[in-house]
Amino acid sequence: MYSPEILLTAVLNGLMTGSVYALIALGLTLVYGVLHIINFAHGATLTAAMFAVYVLHGAAGLDPYVAMIVTVPGLFALGYAVQRLVIGPASHGDDGNILLVTLGLAIIIENALLAWFRSDTRSIDVPYGFSVIEVGTLFLSLPRVIAVFVVLLVALLLWLFLARSTTGQAIRAVAKEKTGAALVGIDVGHIYAVTFGLGAACLAVAASLLMPTFLVNPRIGNAFVLVAFTIVVLGGMGSIAGALVGGLFIGVVESLSGLFMGESLGQIGIFLIFILVLLFRPTGLFGAKA
Amino acid sequence: MPKTTSGIRRRSLLAASAALPLAAPHVRAQPAAVKIGIIQPVTGALAQDGEHGRLGAEIAINEINRTGGIKALGGAPIQMVFGDARSNPEGGVAEVERMQGEGVVAIVGGFASPICLATTQAASRYDIPYIVDVGVSDQITARGLKNTFRFAPGFGTVTRTALDNLVAINDAAGKPAHTAVIVHEDGLFGSGMARLLNAQLPERGFRVLETIAHPTPSRDMSNVALRIRALAPDLIIPSSYYGEFVLLARTMQQQRIRPKVGIYAVLNGAASNFRFVREFPEAANHIMDCNHWADPRKPKTAEVRAAAEATGRFWLYNIPLNYSCVRLLADAIERAGSTDRVKIIEALAASTFADHIMPYGPTRFENGQNTGARPVNTQVQGGDIKLIFPREFADAQPVFPAA
Repeated sequence: MYSPEILLTAVLNGLMTGSVYALIALGLTLVYGVLHIINFAHGATLTAAMFAVYVLHGAAGLDPYVAMIVTVPGLFALGYAVQRLVIGPASHGDDGNILLVTLGLAIIIENALLAWFRSDTRSIDVPYGFSVIEVGTLFLSLPRVIAVFVVLLVALLLWLFLARSTTGQAIRAVAKEKTGAALVGIDVGHIYAVTFGLGAACLAVAASLLMPTFLVNPRIGNAFVLVAFTIVVLGGMGSIAGALVGGLFIGVVESLSGLFMGESLGQIGIFLIFILVLLFRPTGLFGAKA
Repeated sequence: MPKTTSGIRRRSLLAASAALPLAAPHVRAQPAAVKIGIIQPVTGALAQDGEHGRLGAEIAINEINRTGGIKALGGAPIQMVFGDARSNPEGGVAEVERMQGEGVVAIVGGFASPICLATTQAASRYDIPYIVDVGVSDQITARGLKNTFRFAPGFGTVTRTALDNLVAINDAAGKPAHTAVIVHEDGLFGSGMARLLNAQLPERGFRVLETIAHPTPSRDMSNVALRIRALAPDLIIPSSYYGEFVLLARTMQQQRIRPKVGIYAVLNGAASNFRFVREFPEAANHIMDCNHWADPRKPKTAEVRAAAEATGRFWLYNIPLNYSCVRLLADAIERAGSTDRVKIIEALAASTFADHIMPYGPTRFENGQNTGARPVNTQVQGGDIKLIFPREFADAQPVFPAA
C-alpha cells in the first residue's frame, strides 16, 4: 500500500494530465455535437499544432504560451478553411464521406510532418520547464498547474461563447436542427466551419500547454486522441461539461490504476470505463437522452 | 511513402559525377548492379531508428561503389532496394516478398526484434541471406535458420556483459550500489530484458526492489517517478525507447528524484543519443548505458561519423551497425564471387571480416550469431557521450557513484 502522500500526488498528477485530455476532448466533442462527425484528423492536427509551437520557439524564440497569439487564430483559420473548402465540398452531404475525408487528412498531415521534420522526437527547453510549486512535501510541476487553470478558463470562455453570443446561439441552433436553422436564415456552412475552427483552436491551446513538459514527433497526437474519444463518449457526445469532467476523471483513473496495476495494465482502467459507460449509460454522463 | 530509393543523395551524386570522367574511358559495359535489400522502419513509432539505420547502409553502399564496387564481379556496383517495415512485422514481411520479386541477393536490417523475427523467417523461404542489424531478441538466432546472421550481440550477451561491467565498476568504486529498480517498456524487447535482469541481478549481489513496466507511447511518467521516489533505490536500470526515457528523466529531474548511485541503462533508446544530451544536458548528465557503440579508436569511425553528421543527423549506434553489416555483406559477396544466394550464405557463415567499425574482433559466426560481438558502456559526461568500459576501448573514466 502506498502512503497517503503518494496517493495524493498520483491524484493531482491525474488531474493535471486529465485537464489536457479534457481540452483535446473539448475540440472533438464540439465538432461532433454540431457536425455529427467524428474528426479523425484531430490527432494529426494536434501534432501539427505542437510542431507549430516547436518551430515558433526555435525560429522566432517565442515562448510556448506567447505562441498561442499566433497558433490559436492560425489553427482557427486553418480549421475554418479545411471544413469550408475541403471537408464540406467533399462530403456531398454524406457523413460516411466526411469520415473518410478526415481520415485522409490525418494521413496527409502526419506524413507531411514526417517528411518535413523527420521522425525524431523533439522537445523544447524553457526556463520554467523544470520549475515546481512546493506544497508541503509535494512538488507540483509549474507548467502543468498552469495547464489546469488555462483549460478551466478555455472551457468557461467556450461555454459563455455558446450560451451568450449570437454566433454561439447559431451554433446551438445548427446542432439541434440544421434544417430549421437554415430556414431561419443561419448560414449552416459558415457555422460548420466556425465550429471546426473552434475545435482546431482548442488543439492550439493544448499544444502550447503540452510543449513545456512534453515532447513531439509526427505521431504523438495519436497517443492523446484515443483517450479523447473515450472521454467524449464518457462525458456525452457533444457536451462541454461532459468533456471537462470526463477528462479530469479519466486522468485520475489512469493515474491511480497505473499506480496500482502498473503503467501497462493501468490503461485497462480507461477502457473498462469506456465499456461500462456504453453498456449502462450509452448517452454518457452529461449526454442528452437520445 | 516511396517504395524504392536508390540511396543516392544530391551530395553523393555530385561526388559521383565528379569521379565519372576518370572512370568512363575504361568501363564501357558496366556489369549488372548487385541488388541488396535494406529493410528499416522509417515510418511509424520506430522511424527515428529506421532512418539512422538506412543512413548507415547508404554510407556503406556509397563508399563501396566509390571504391570500385564488387571487384570479384568485375566492379559491379551495389544497388540498394529499400523497404519500409512501417514499424511492424507485417510491414517487414511484405517488403521481403517485394524484394524477392525484385531479385535481391541479400537483405540487411530490420531493427526491432519483432520485425527481425518475421523478416528473417520470410527471407529463409527463398534462401535470401539476411543480416540482422540490431534485433536483440535471442529467439532470432535460436531457430536454426540457415540464412540468418546477426552481427551485433543479442540481449542475452548484452545483459550478461552489462551486469559483469556493472559489478566491475561497482567494485572499483567500493561497492556503493546494492539495490535497483528496473523500468522497462512492455514490448518484446523491454520485457525480455527485464526478465533477464531479474534473473541475473540477485546472482551478482543486487536486490531488485521493483520492476516497473510502461507502454510505448506513454503520455506521462509521473507515476513511475513517484514509485521510484517511494522505493529510493541505489540504481535505476531502464530499458525503454527514446521518448519515454526522456520523459522519465525530465520528470525525475523536476521532482528532484535522484537514485543514490546512478542510472545504469541497458540498451536504452536515449541514454546514448546525442539529441537527448544536447536538449537536456542536466537531466542526461552521468547517465550510463550498456549498448552498441562504434569503436572510437578506429580511424574509419570518425570518417563514417563525419559523413553521417554532414546529413544533419545525430550519431546513433544504428549508423555504425548498419554500415558494418553492409560492409560485411559486401565482403561475403566478394568472397563468394557470385550473386548466388546459397554461396553468399556459405561465405557469411565462414566470414572473418575485420574491417568493420564496431569494437569487436573479426567476425566468427556460430549458428548465425557473431560470437565476438559485445556491447560497451557509455556515460554522458559534460555534454558528450564517452565510452567508459571496457578499459581497452575507453576514452573516459567512469563517474560512479554518479548522483
